Amino acid sequence: MIRVVLPYHLRNLARVDGEVQLEVAGPATVRALLDALEARHPVLRGTIRDHDTLRRRPFIRYFACKEDLSLDPPETALPEAVANGTEPFLVVGAMAGG
Amino acid sequence: MSRVRVLVGTKKGAFILTADGKRQSWEISGPHFAGWEMYHLKGSPADPNRIYASQTSGWFGQIIQRSDDGGKTWNPPGTKPEDLMGAGGMPNGKSNMFLYEGEVGMHKFHDGSQHPWEFKRIWHIEPSLTDPDTAYAGAEDAALFKTTDGGKTWKELPGLRQAKGHLWQPGEGGMGLHTIVLDPSNANRIYIAISAAGAFRTDDGGKTWKPITRGLKSQYELPDPDAEVGHCIHRMAMHPSRPNVLFMQKHWDVLRTDNAGDLWTDVGGNLPTDFGFPIDVHAHEPETIYVVPITSDSLHYPPDGKLRVYRSKTGGNEWEALTKGLPQKDCYVNVLRDAMAVDSLDKCGIYFGTTGGQVYGSPDSGNSWTPIVRDLPAVYSVEVQTLP
Repeated sequence: MIRVVLPYHLRNLARVDGEVQLEVAGPATVRALLDALEARHPVLRGTIRDHDTLRRRPFIRYFACKEDLSLDPPETALPEAVANGTEPFLVVGAMAGG
Repeated sequence: MSRVRVLVGTKKGAFILTADGKRQSWEISGPHFAGWEMYHLKGSPADPNRIYASQTSGWFGQIIQRSDDGGKTWNPPGTKPEDLMGAGGMPNGKSNMFLYEGEVGMHKFHDGSQHPWEFKRIWHIEPSLTDPDTAYAGAEDAALFKTTDGGKTWKELPGLRQAKGHLWQPGEGGMGLHTIVLDPSNANRIYIAISAAGAFRTDDGGKTWKPITRGLKSQYELPDPDAEVGHCIHRMAMHPSRPNVLFMQKHWDVLRTDNAGDLWTDVGGNLPTDFGFPIDVHAHEPETIYVVPITSDSLHYPPDGKLRVYRSKTGGNEWEALTKGLPQKDCYVNVLRDAMAVDSLDKCGIYFGTTGGQVYGSPDSGNSWTPIVRDLPAVYSVEVQTLP
């Protein structure tokens, strides 16, 4: 079971409280995780990744285990602590600055 | 007694203002979609309980929301619980998907290069006059999309971008399709306007389009003041009884056409400045029109700090200032292009919202004004529904 923490606005959009818990079929990668998340909550399609290219939206970040995974290729395996549910995978809205 | 429902989109959520026909006592609901930029909300003329809304975010992109109960509850189309349990299984989440048709194509960019179209957001949703499930959506980068299934899926009408789209160039505010005017007498005729690209008309339901800019002059904005495309249209408005007559607030200049856009003439007349954003037409008097003059393209606030709506009862040229109830000193707000609307009660009501968060209403065709709310986030759009 993989734990995903969504930012406030996406929790509201998906109508979830707290973490989302997902089973990911096959290798646990960023792409597989987001595929599973969007299958569970289709309204999130396009909000984290581009609808067409599936590229991460510019002001979305992926954090886990105190690391920024945003720039890793989507096929990169998730850290073991995320894959086994010890640590959550954080989808974060980047700082606006100002 | 008839009622009115004012739909307000702001920088940080949507608000719904309701009143009876006297329009003196208002109930405010919201913020709906708190924290999101709500570019536009508009109700279906064919079913006033059906309201479409454009919810956007620089972080999270575009969401389309729909209400089927007059704004009490909202869902992205296709994600209601009954949809989730439908025979088709999970919905596809396509209500937020706006994909350009075919080869994405290129337009002129700031640096003069050709740049691919990139979808950013929906600026304006125009529901069909007759079918609640049909609506048009104006996008940035400029394109027109259409739904025929209540917003569950959207498909581009790509013929518009064939109208010299390679020459369209975004201004600082973005290359957004912000105005969609449907001809009530001819389902195949639609007018649209795009910031920094111009005005266009289709006579075949959206398959082909042509620029309708003859008579426009943009001497400070374009190297060729009479160019066919590139004019920065801010808003167009029509009275449904005269679909060949359109009024336009351009970047500079207020204009009208009496032949469906084939030729425009300047009707700025005695306005203190003919720069501004919204323009609208009285519900019962097709020659009575309203604008809000703004100092200049460099100074986006009212002249002399006085917020004045100007009304012409002669279809332009002769204008009178409407000031009763509006701040006449130290006022430096703007009124954006989609932030004015009229109701269709016997005594026509006029509404507009400001970047300072006020929504003003006039129950007497503009003779007097009162603030319905004073402290909303910056107002992007105002629409009104007249309800039985």
